[in-house]
Amino acid sequence: MLEIGVNHYLILSGLLFSIGFMGVLRRKNLLMLFFATEVMLNAVNIAFTAIGNYYGDLSGQMFAFFVIAVAASEVAVGLGLLIVLYKKYGSVDLDVIASMKG
Amino acid sequence: MYEFIAFYVFAISTTILFLITVMSKNVLYAMTALAAGMVMISGLFFLLGAEFLGVVQLIVYVGAVMALYAFAMMFFDATKNIKEKHQNPTLVFLLGGLMALLFVLMFSAPIIGDNIQAIYPMIEGVGNAQAVGMVLFTKYLVPFEVAALMLLVAMIAGIILAGKKMDYSLTESESADEEMNIKKGDA
Repeated sequence: MLEIGVNHYLILSGLLFSIGFMGVLRRKNLLMLFFATEVMLNAVNIAFTAIGNYYGDLSGQMFAFFVIAVAASEVAVGLGLLIVLYKKYGSVDLDVIASMKG
Repeated sequence: MYEFIAFYVFAISTTILFLITVMSKNVLYAMTALAAGMVMISGLFFLLGAEFLGVVQLIVYVGAVMALYAFAMMFFDATKNIKEKHQNPTLVFLLGGLMALLFVLMFSAPIIGDNIQAIYPMIEGVGNAQAVGMVLFTKYLVPFEVAALMLLVAMIAGIILAGKKMDYSLTESESADEEMNIKKGDA
């Protein structure tokens, strides 16, 4: 019971990923949507590291590094796009920005 | 015993902080909770023996990404609560719950699979940072360089996207419009 195994980390990771996923589903503000994706990326990093630790393999940590690099560039480009959208529409709300009917 | 206590402290605080991030109506609260949750996640990395990854998490996520968000929030009004129209909240929670179950099953799948072999085993006798360096600069050298190129492209994209019409202030014109409206309302 007091032993913390890989299962604990994986279940925590799944839980955090679902929290982020729920955020992506229910958020309408684009900035908050970015926060939810960050939560999901962090959850996946935990899973990678835990499995790598379980098998005594460094590949899990390597993948986590690349995920962090991708997240950093995603934020840089995403925030640039967000600022452009805000200048164009005066809002970052998805209902305001949406131009397609359907 | 210590690992048990530490894991549960980090896990529960991360879950609560990320729930605040996802549920909060205020952008500032959401961002602060996200930053705190990432600090807690770096604690989990330290528990897993990935010290270098924990430090990178602190520097890159809590340091750089959060600072970027904080600067971006200066463009928007962070003090007022955001209004979101939810059309079908029960459907969202149902879908979220189903996906949660699915993800837990998917992520716990490696517990059943026993036939996985370590490709790049942990090197004995050296610290985590040194072992990471050894693997990163031999086996993962090409992905590392590609990641560097990707960061360069992202930097240029960020500068070009955000740098357009930098002399035009968003908030000043907005507040001027609001003042105009108030004056019209008074008259």
